[in-house]
Amino acid sequence: MTLLQVDDLVAYHGLLQAVRGVSFSVEEGTILALVGANGAGKSTMLRTIAGAHHAAGGRVSFAGADVTHVPAHRRVRHGIALVPEGRKLFADLTVEENLLVAGRRARPGPWRLDTVLESFPMLQPLLNRRAASLSGGQQQATAIARAVMANPRLLIVDEVSLGLSPLAVDTVYECLAVLRAAGTTLILVEQDLQRALSVADHVLCVLEGRVALSSATAAVTREQVTAAYFGLHTPQIAAPQADLTRSEQP
Amino acid sequence: MSASPAQPVRPDSEQPMSASPAQPVRPDSEQPMSASPDIRPLWTVRRSGTRGAATGLLLFGLALFAVPYLFQANVVQQLTTLFIFVILAVMWNALAGYGGLVSVGQQAFIGFGAYATIFLAQHGVSPYLAVVLAALASAVLAVVVAPLLLRLRGGQFAVGSWVVAETLALLVALDEDLGGGTGVSLRGLNVYAPNMRRAYTYWITLAFVLVLLGLVFFMLRHRVGAALQAIRDDEEAAASLGVRTAPLKFGLFVLAGFGCGAAGALTLANTLFIQPQSIFGIQWTAYLLFMVLVGGLGTFEGPILGAILFFLLQNQFAQQGAWYLIGLGVVAGGFALFLPRGLWSLLTDRFHLRILPFGYDLYRPAPVIKES
Amino acid sequence: MTWINAVVQGLLLGGLYALFACGLSLLFGVMRIINLAHGDLAVLGAFLVWTISTSAHVSPFWALLLALPVMLAVGYLLQRTVLSRSLRGGPLTPLLTTFGLGIVIQNALLQVYSPDVRSLGGAAGVLSTGSWRLSAQLSISYIGVLTLATAVVVLGGLQLTLQRTSFGREMRATAQDPDTAALVGVPASAVYARATAIAVGIATIAGTFLAIHSTFDAASGPLQLLFAFEAVVIGGLGSLWGTLTGGIVLGIAQTIGATFDPQYSILAGHLVFLAILASPRGRSILTRSSR
Repeated sequence: MTLLQVDDLVAYHGLLQAVRGVSFSVEEGTILALVGANGAGKSTMLRTIAGAHHAAGGRVSFAGADVTHVPAHRRVRHGIALVPEGRKLFADLTVEENLLVAGRRARPGPWRLDTVLESFPMLQPLLNRRAASLSGGQQQATAIARAVMANPRLLIVDEVSLGLSPLAVDTVYECLAVLRAAGTTLILVEQDLQRALSVADHVLCVLEGRVALSSATAAVTREQVTAAYFGLHTPQIAAPQADLTRSEQP
Repeated sequence: MSASPAQPVRPDSEQPMSASPAQPVRPDSEQPMSASPDIRPLWTVRRSGTRGAATGLLLFGLALFAVPYLFQANVVQQLTTLFIFVILAVMWNALAGYGGLVSVGQQAFIGFGAYATIFLAQHGVSPYLAVVLAALASAVLAVVVAPLLLRLRGGQFAVGSWVVAETLALLVALDEDLGGGTGVSLRGLNVYAPNMRRAYTYWITLAFVLVLLGLVFFMLRHRVGAALQAIRDDEEAAASLGVRTAPLKFGLFVLAGFGCGAAGALTLANTLFIQPQSIFGIQWTAYLLFMVLVGGLGTFEGPILGAILFFLLQNQFAQQGAWYLIGLGVVAGGFALFLPRGLWSLLTDRFHLRILPFGYDLYRPAPVIKES
Repeated sequence: MTWINAVVQGLLLGGLYALFACGLSLLFGVMRIINLAHGDLAVLGAFLVWTISTSAHVSPFWALLLALPVMLAVGYLLQRTVLSRSLRGGPLTPLLTTFGLGIVIQNALLQVYSPDVRSLGGAAGVLSTGSWRLSAQLSISYIGVLTLATAVVVLGGLQLTLQRTSFGREMRATAQDPDTAALVGVPASAVYARATAIAVGIATIAGTFLAIHSTFDAASGPLQLLFAFEAVVIGGLGSLWGTLTGGIVLGIAQTIGATFDPQYSILAGHLVFLAILASPRGRSILTRSSR
């Protein structure tokens, strides 16, 4: 079923229009890779979907419910969890406290502190460390684990591998694979196109606040995505806004 | 993309740029700069308001010097009180509206200015000269106190300034020569006949008003003013652009110290008798907040409007005591929450009124594009 | 011996200042605002306790227990109505609105209760007048010890709550980063409202002890705000136990000043505060952010 439906979303940064009428949908259980240059509007779009940013226009529907103007902390209850750009851990809290804070207001579900730690074993020795003292990879793992504590149906990770060593990136993707296996829907922002296309079921390329490409990863080449990323016009690209990820509606 | 302009826009000119013989700015033009001067620019920058308004107000201000010849002593004294409120409002607005420094301790300078006048008069200085010197002394006090207070931000600065005010009040109350806790009067003014004394006090107050308003006016028109308004709008952004916020805040703090000190000295000259509790009292800050918030925080004309309103209210309702102050607090708080730019912003937004030449407008002259 | 007595009295007085500072520090730590009406809210609480105590003829301590729920509700509502909007208005707005609020509370109290000075010392009985006489010049009052003990309990309780409970964790997380806290489901405004309620509740306790300890009237609030702020700065911003240290230092400064001349006591406190502000320690305050 369609878990997330975004229609004509519009969002501003002050007077600057960062998201200019974006529409797409995500099926439950799939992985969507969101690619685009810095400043293309990806983070703003994701924050608007998660409720951390005000939507100036358009609609965000989650599991059939209109959540466009629901405050962020209540969207967590619906099942949307965002790992923000820059991770944004609570610096003075320990790793365990970071996880517990998220768990307090979670949806009912299988993820609790003990089960999360089983799936993220690298965090077990770090529980009493202050979040600010962790390495980049450890912080990213903690941030994802923190979001998972909320038992989300949709987990959005903004900038999965930013600033991480290749080894750390591999570890993070192992965690994401665990989540995928558990049935969680994922939206991942990933600068590494190769990785994005290999992991995801669908890819969405954003350019200057608009959708430049939307396709199943199996149906598109890396060159096509690169062209859309840079805004180059090639005849093979499907028209923007054409959404090949919608499955047949009953 | 368009070529870069050969000449910068000259913001101080009253005329649209196209009237000048020099090359105008052509932001969207496809033509190279050496092309025909017949093509007018799409947008020009012009000073808002008119110079005429500024000169007109100045002339009005100078005309006010004639009041003691035309009106009764009672009116003269009332106007003096009004002018003192104007000084205070403009000074507090300079600090809070342009510098982002909310001081709840300006009564420190008000009281200091008054007591410095007493001190100087007791040591033989002629009273009106003492007023001027006391204002300068208040500026010196501000210079001394600034390193202490300006390291604090926001609410800490506010309470810190209040501590300074209370400390001064206590120190003054301890000094028997300055009248201690019971108060003291400015005897040196008794040499003048009451009518003349009121006239002289009026004139010196008016002079201070015009000088201080002039200082603020020129400060705002100058580059300093743009920097100050940048700080007002977003201090961190301004600092990241290279605006040196620390010296500017220091300057504002000293100016406010000077102005409030003058106001205190003039209050003494106007009322003749002061006590530590009232001249150093927190109610001054309540009045300042009301005047500036209701008039318009961060604007030039707003505090003047607020001072006039407050003056009228004070005359009408001050006898109500506690209820009056409750009303002031509620109204000031309400404006802070719902209309921080005050009544003046209502007027400017509604009627697109820009009287005085601060700020700039984008101006689009009628397009005249000739084929060459 | 008078010096030692002064220090001991200052120590006990510090407990009272620490109580006042605690509420101010909590709000500053969680919401980054200095509530300029803090002292006035404490005095409001004291008047409420006084009213209950005199009309129901009960000891102020029982009256305090009855008044606390009311004042907790007042704090909660205060945040929901005034403070939450002020936070959205920019860095200056909370100062302007809380100052206006302080003026309103002071004058409303003045209107209702008249300028008469009151005290709860009489109603507290022997607890407020009795003391242990250790020597000819040194005596320790029951109320001083009780106030200091209460301060320690309140500070300790608050510290425990912040560190060990989920509510405390949410407060710390929201204090660090309210937007990210919302992303993990923590409602910032509800957290702020609870923090404000607690701060006003603690202020009420402080106001009651002030009323028992000495006298109070409608205009007593601002001075207590100044003392609370001085204690917080002297003890170091952001540290709860620091407010106890700061309160004690302030108290001792005042009592030592009083040994020279009773008129000097408050002034001595202010001067010590200003001296610390001027010191290198004071310069480190610049690194703390504030709204």
